[in-house]
Amino acid sequence: MFDFLIQGFGVALTPLNLGLAFLGALLGTLFGALPGIGPINGIAILMPLAYTLGLPAESALILLAGIYTGSEYGGRMSSILLNVPGDAGAVMTTLDGHPLAKKGLAGPALGLSAVSSFIGATVAIVGLTLFAPLLAVVAVKFGPAEFFALMIFAFASMSAMMGKDPIKTLIGAVLGVLISTVGVDSGTGVLRFTFDMPELYDGIDFVVMIIGLFAVSEILLMLEHAFRHDQDGEMAPIGRVMVKMSEVMYCKWAILRSSVIGFVIGVLPGTGASVASAVAYTTEKRISDRDNTFGTGDMRGLAAPEAANNASAAGSFVPMLTLGIPGSGTTAILLGALMLYNINPGPMMFREQPVVVGGLIASLYIGNVMLLLLNLPLAGVFARVLQVPRWILVPSVAILAFVGVYQLHSDLMAIYLMLAIGVFGYVLRKFGFSLAPVVLGFVLGGLMEENLRRALSISGGDVAILFQSGLSIGLWIAAALVVLVPMFAGKLKAKFLPAKVS
Amino acid sequence: MPNSRIIPRWLVAVVTGGALLAGAVQAQAKPPECIAPAKPGGGYDLTCRLAANGLQEAKLIDEPMMVSYMPGGIGAVAYNHVTGVRDDDPNLIVAASTGAALNLALGKFGIKHKVDDVRWLGALGVDYGAVVVRKDAPWNNLDELMKAMKKDPSSVVIGAGGTIGSQDWMKAALMAKADDVDPRKLRYVSFEGGGEALAALLGEHIQVFTGDLAELKPQLDSGEIRILAALSEERMGGPYADIPTAKEQGYDVEWPIWRGYYMGPNVSDEAYQQWADRLRELNETESFKKLREGRGLFPMSKFGDDFHQYVKQQVSDFETLAKEVGLTQ
Repeated sequence: MFDFLIQGFGVALTPLNLGLAFLGALLGTLFGALPGIGPINGIAILMPLAYTLGLPAESALILLAGIYTGSEYGGRMSSILLNVPGDAGAVMTTLDGHPLAKKGLAGPALGLSAVSSFIGATVAIVGLTLFAPLLAVVAVKFGPAEFFALMIFAFASMSAMMGKDPIKTLIGAVLGVLISTVGVDSGTGVLRFTFDMPELYDGIDFVVMIIGLFAVSEILLMLEHAFRHDQDGEMAPIGRVMVKMSEVMYCKWAILRSSVIGFVIGVLPGTGASVASAVAYTTEKRISDRDNTFGTGDMRGLAAPEAANNASAAGSFVPMLTLGIPGSGTTAILLGALMLYNINPGPMMFREQPVVVGGLIASLYIGNVMLLLLNLPLAGVFARVLQVPRWILVPSVAILAFVGVYQLHSDLMAIYLMLAIGVFGYVLRKFGFSLAPVVLGFVLGGLMEENLRRALSISGGDVAILFQSGLSIGLWIAAALVVLVPMFAGKLKAKFLPAKVS
Repeated sequence: MPNSRIIPRWLVAVVTGGALLAGAVQAQAKPPECIAPAKPGGGYDLTCRLAANGLQEAKLIDEPMMVSYMPGGIGAVAYNHVTGVRDDDPNLIVAASTGAALNLALGKFGIKHKVDDVRWLGALGVDYGAVVVRKDAPWNNLDELMKAMKKDPSSVVIGAGGTIGSQDWMKAALMAKADDVDPRKLRYVSFEGGGEALAALLGEHIQVFTGDLAELKPQLDSGEIRILAALSEERMGGPYADIPTAKEQGYDVEWPIWRGYYMGPNVSDEAYQQWADRLRELNETESFKKLREGRGLFPMSKFGDDFHQYVKQQVSDFETLAKEVGLTQ
C-alpha cells in the first residue's frame, strides 16, 4: 500500500531533488518573510523558471511545494519582529508573537514558532500519507451549508478575543465584513460598491488589505512619534536567543490541538491557512487562556496559529492529489504548474503518477526537517534584525511589499488603495481598535456570505438546509457552546468564588 | 562624477524614485510580453504560457516571452490598459477567451469599451462546454435531464464556477432556452471556479455541473462522473468519442471556449500581421500540437483579420442572446 512512498523516497533522495527541496525551503522562507510576496507569488515567479530549466515534473513539484511549505514557516518572522504579517496565514501570529518580541523574547518566539510549525506540518503530512483518499471523500461532503456553519463557529469563537473591549472587537469585525462586500457579487454578478472603477470589480486583494492595514499604518504611527519626539514602541534588549525545552512542553497541547484543526481545515476545499490559524487561535484561547494572557505575549497564543497554518498547507494537498481540486489558493497554482507538464491531477493520480505523488509526499517529509534545521539556528540571526532601528526596518519592508504588490497587479491603483487602507488602519489604531478582528471579518465574512447564498440557492430559499446534516448541526452546537459556556462559567465563578474567599 | 556633490541629496532621492516609478509604469520591455488579465495560476495565466512556451520551443521568438499579471475587473483593467496606455506596443499580447467576448457583450468592460477597441489576434485552442452529472445520477441522457427540468425547472440543482451572466451560467441558460424553459427559473448555484463546483457535484450538493469538456478528463477516466452532452459542433475524438453532442440529442446548443489573444488598437499592421503569422506557424508545428493536447485543448485555426471578424460576430451574437435570456434589456 505504501509502495508509492518507498518509491517516492527513492525519487526525493536523489541529489538533484534533495538540492531542490532545500532551495525551495530556503526561498520559501524568504518569500514568506517578505510581506507582499506570499507563496502564491513565489510559485508564480519560479514556475516558468522550473519549466524553462527543463526540470522533470516531480522535481519541479518538489521545488514548488518546498516554496509553499517554506513560506508558511517564513510568514511568522515579520509578524513576530515587526507586527506586520508576512503572509495570509501569519495574521494571528502577530497577536502574541510581537508582544513577545517587545519583551525581548524575539529569539525564543522565533524558535518556538519554528518548532510548532514543524510539529503542525508533521502531523498533517502523516495524515496526508495515511488518510488522503479517505479524507477526500469526507471533504467533499462539506458543502455550502456546512461551510456556513463553520464560519458561524469561527465568528462565535472570535467572541473569545473580545477581551477588554468587546464593542470595539465587534465593530472591527463588522468593518471587515463590510470591506469584504466590495466587488462583483459572487452570486448574481452585480457590481457592489465599485464606483465604476474596474480595479475594484474583483474586490479588495488580501495582500493589499494586510500590507495597508498593518505595514502602512505602522509607518504612520512611527511618523507621528517622530514628530513628537517620543520613544516609540520601546523594545526590550534582546535576551536569550534559543527556545527552552520547557517552553515547548508548556505549549504541547496547544500545538497538537492546533495541528489537527489546521489539517482538517486545510483539507476542506476553499479554505486555507488564514482560516485555519484564526480558528486554531480562538479555539486555543477558549480552551486554555485561564488568566487572560493571550494577546499579551503568551507562548501558547504564538504556537497555536503557527502549528495550524503549516498543518493546513500540507492538508490542502489532500484534495489536490486525490480529486484534482485545489484545497487552497496556492494549490490552485500548483495544479496549473502540473498542467504545464501535461499531468492532470485527479482521482487517478496515485495510480498513474506514483513517481510524482510519492516524490512529492516524500519531499514534504524531507523539506519539513530541512525547514526546522534551517529555521532553528536562524532564529537567533533573525532576532538580531531588531537591532536595526525600526525607522529603517519598517519602511524597507514596506518598500519591498509595495514592489511585490505592484508586480502582482501591474497597476498603481493597488498601491493607492493600499495607502488608503493604511490611513484607515492608522485611524483605527488611534482609536484603540485591534486590527486582527478587522482582518478576520474580512476573510470570514466573504466566505460566510458566499456559502450562505449558495446553500440557499441549493434549497430554493429554505433555511432548513443549514441544519440538515450531522456535520452542520455539530458545528452549530459547538458555536453555541463557545459563546454560552463562558457566560455561565463566569456567573458560576462569581457565585462560588467569593463565597470561598470569604 | 564630480557634479554629484553639488546636487542636493534629496534631489537624488526624488529623481531616483521618480525614475524607478516611471520605469515600473512604462515597463517598456523589449522582449515579447503576454499579459494575463488575472492573478497567477488561472486560465489566463495558462493561456499566456501556452504562447510563451510554444513560441520558444518552436524558436519563433528570439527572447523568452515574459508573462505579467494584471488582475481586476474580470479582465476589464487589462482592456483599459491596452486601449489607453500601451495601445501601440508591438511586443505586447493579452490573453483572452470566450469569457472576455461575453463580458464585452454584457457591457461589463464599461459601456465605452467596444469589441473593435482592440485588434483580435488569434486563438491557439478551444475547449467545449459539457453537461456533467455524478455516476449515480438518475438521468441516463440529456433528454431525460431536460424532461425533468421542463417538468419542474426548480427540481434540478445546477452549479458551476461563475456568477449569473457568466459563461457557465450561459451554458445552462441556453440549454433551458433550447427547451423553452425560462432561464430565470433555473436553480443555479455559483461557485468560485470550476474546482469548487466539481467538489460540490462529487459531494452531492448539486446535481448538474456545466463545466468544460477537456478539464474533466481525470474525473471522467476514474468513472466518478458522466458527461451527458458535449456542447460542441460535432463529436470530439479520442477519449471523448462516446460523448454525444447536445445537438445530436435534439438540443441545439454550442458553447466553444476559445483561448486566444488581442493587441492594442494602434499597433501597426506590420506588427499585427507578424504576430498573426507567428501564431499561424506555431499552430502547425508538431511540438505545439503535443503541448496543446496535453493542455486539454482542441485545435482552432483562426488568426488575424479572420479571428477579429469571428470575435466581432460572437460579441454581437452574445448581445442578442443576453437579451433573449433576460440578462440585458
